[in-house]
Amino acid sequence: MLQIRKLPVAVFALFIVIFPWAAYLIPAIKNYTGIMVFVGVYCLITIGLSLLMGYAGQISLGQASFYGIGAYTTALLTTRFGVDPWICMLIGMAAAAGVAFLLGAPSLKLRGHYLAMATLAFGVIVFIVFNEETGVTGGPDGLAGIPGLRLFGFKLNSAEKYYYLVWTIVIGVFLFTINLIQSGAGRALRAIHASEAASNAMGVDVSRYKIIVFIYSAILASLAGSLYAHYMNFINPSTFDLSFSIKLLIMIALGGMHEIWGAVIGAFLITFLSFEWLHYFKDFEIVIYGLILLLVTIFLPDGLVGVPNILRGWGRR
Amino acid sequence: MEKISLASQLLQYLITGLTVGSIYAMVALGFNIIYNVTEIINLAQGEFVMLGGLIMSSLHASLGAPILPAFILTVVLVTLVGALLDRLAIQPIRRPSVLTLIIATIAASIIIKGFAMLGWGKNPYDLPAFSGREPIHILGAIIQPQYLWVIGFLVVVVIVMTLFFEKSITGKAMRACADNPNAASLVGINVKRMVLLSFSLSAAIGAVAGIIVTPISLMTYDRGAMLAVKGFGAVVLGGLGSFPGAILGGIILGSIESFGSGLISSGYKDAFALIVLLAVLFFKPSGLLGNIEVSKIKRF
Amino acid sequence: MSQSEHILEVKDLVMKFGGLMALANLNLKVKKGIIKTVIGPNGAGKTTLFNIIAGAFSPTEGSVFFNGRSIQNLRAHQIACLGVSRTFQTVELFGNMTVLENVMLGCHTRIRSSFLASGLFWPSARRKEEQIRLRALEILDFIGLGNKFNESADSLPLGEQKILEIGRSLATDPQLLCLDEPAGGLNETEKETASTLIQTIKGKGITVLLVEHDMRMVMNISDEIMVLNYGEKIAEGSPEEIRNNQKVIEAYLGSGEDEYAQD
Repeated sequence: MLQIRKLPVAVFALFIVIFPWAAYLIPAIKNYTGIMVFVGVYCLITIGLSLLMGYAGQISLGQASFYGIGAYTTALLTTRFGVDPWICMLIGMAAAAGVAFLLGAPSLKLRGHYLAMATLAFGVIVFIVFNEETGVTGGPDGLAGIPGLRLFGFKLNSAEKYYYLVWTIVIGVFLFTINLIQSGAGRALRAIHASEAASNAMGVDVSRYKIIVFIYSAILASLAGSLYAHYMNFINPSTFDLSFSIKLLIMIALGGMHEIWGAVIGAFLITFLSFEWLHYFKDFEIVIYGLILLLVTIFLPDGLVGVPNILRGWGRR
Repeated sequence: MEKISLASQLLQYLITGLTVGSIYAMVALGFNIIYNVTEIINLAQGEFVMLGGLIMSSLHASLGAPILPAFILTVVLVTLVGALLDRLAIQPIRRPSVLTLIIATIAASIIIKGFAMLGWGKNPYDLPAFSGREPIHILGAIIQPQYLWVIGFLVVVVIVMTLFFEKSITGKAMRACADNPNAASLVGINVKRMVLLSFSLSAAIGAVAGIIVTPISLMTYDRGAMLAVKGFGAVVLGGLGSFPGAILGGIILGSIESFGSGLISSGYKDAFALIVLLAVLFFKPSGLLGNIEVSKIKRF
Repeated sequence: MSQSEHILEVKDLVMKFGGLMALANLNLKVKKGIIKTVIGPNGAGKTTLFNIIAGAFSPTEGSVFFNGRSIQNLRAHQIACLGVSRTFQTVELFGNMTVLENVMLGCHTRIRSSFLASGLFWPSARRKEEQIRLRALEILDFIGLGNKFNESADSLPLGEQKILEIGRSLATDPQLLCLDEPAGGLNETEKETASTLIQTIKGKGITVLLVEHDMRMVMNISDEIMVLNYGEKIAEGSPEEIRNNQKVIEAYLGSGEDEYAQD
């Protein structure tokens, strides 16, 4: 039971490898490779978020701010100071980690709602700063001219190339996180979710675990933000607002936050919903997101990854 | 244009702050009523305010209903929304936890906001001020009569709430649920009904806040989230669960926002309240009038 | 100093909750290797005492020494790592995890690997994980739940949940084991099992501090008993001495048998 189930991971990796070829051959899904880049970027955030929420049981409603910190750090350092994008990414991740530590250390000691509200408030403040500090961030107009990435001297100049870069990173992060969950650290996280008092009594430093996971999730969001900035070559504040934090929440709730697979599935479905499928509903979009979130919370508390269990339960009856 | 002295300017900020603060105080009261009975932070609290403003605007300004019936009907309709929120989003949850309950209220707030956008569109709506827009001049400060209505309504709401929770049997029963739901149900109090009632009551107060603030700041479908966050700021500042704290917190927060945007930067108007919220969470999470022992004992 | 003789010393302990005095100037010494039991009517402050020893509360005044080291300012997880483990009055298992995983978590105090090593699936992390697994299985066999290792913890009957909590505590490799009403809510057979287990644990050289209402069990297995009433110690001694102590009889009769029959 402490083994990674290798087959699903292999199938998943194979799917990722052949997807762009399929998209190339099937006209109906020709532009899906581009969308899949976004799915990958969002996966990085949702994997961290599901570890934080589903496993450690802590709520963050400000994940968009860490995404923004990553994006703005790379954008500023590359456009203003000509720093190498890869170094910028590391700086962005370090910055997000620092901010997460400062924000999380006090609020994670408190329980329940407090981290939710602290991250929510923090997210809104960061959004306001992006908008108001026009001299640095370009204000509502944002920052343009962010250079693309180069890898081993090759310029990444197509959606396919970014696709492979982003998804290589996602699979790496995915495996790392799964290992983590199946180790003692993951066990401690699930224990914290079940009972903080008992975890403490078993020698688990609850505050330390919570802060580490929060920092991990912030680092992943920041990395995602940097990748986004280099892929788009342009950013503005509206990408990093409260509604994006909520959208991330919908992703992991829909996929199921008690399993890392849920983060991937949720990111995939919600991204395709918002990029492709929801256009038919126009103004109903917001209501549909709300309904998805509510119905999942009520009827599928374990998200879509919990569906097989429910079916098995029915089968037994 | 006549030059306004610094003193009158400060007075102006103070009065604006009290007015805005009264609205935050009402949102905060709504949070606390629900929290005290259920320990849920209802993030849809701001949507009640938004609905109050928009429904009243349609009934009174667009359809021409007289002010008093329109007022009452608006409050009744929003109260129903509050009750529906409890019945459709909160009660059906089978494994309630802080996490799922917060998510459910977020979902509800998105749905309400979405329907508001479908119904009213994205444009702001206005309401005529209750007693005209002829400003009153006091010591060089300009006061809209509506400001006084807002502050007056806060006083009325506080008096009514105090009487309700101190004197009425239902109010006492709700307080009993807050102290100990199991014991309350043992002595025959219908806890589910009390939860429903707390949502309805919070919605009603939210509706009142929305109605009285719309003549000052207009109302749009997407104002709820920010109102909720700031109202929660007031809750935390005053101390989670404390009614006097909610009022104090609301008024302090409104004043900080008013002075901050007047004296420091208007672009950061929305940030001041949130910075205060973070500062309180970090340095005095029990708030001004809250009790940390109590918050530790609470289940969540 | 008699530190070598006493594993735990509680000195002049005071605990107030608001205006309520939960413990008043309590002194307690626990000799190494014995079963010491704290009894008293409900609300006497027994669980509060446990919470202070285990670091869940900090006392208003007074000090707690474990092996001569002052621990009242340490946090709960630090105290656990020093070798004090506890169970809970109302079962606090990790219900979302399997029986085995619950015990494996207990091993956390002794064997753990870093986030990075676990994430990268380093061989050292894998070896440690295997080590933990074997040790946890050993403990499960010891407490008699070996065949249920893969069941989810909250699917066990209450009696086994209580036993599992003890097993989880044993996994932390404690020198002092604090058991809060291990027989509460159990039937006679289950109580018998719990009694035997506690005595076996003592046989392994682990000191046991027990809070229990079931008098037959208390009188059978305790080496020493302390009686608390309204936060104060009213008697201390061997089971025989306690049984004949006038104050104790009054405290129990005065408070009414039915009061502690409730839980």
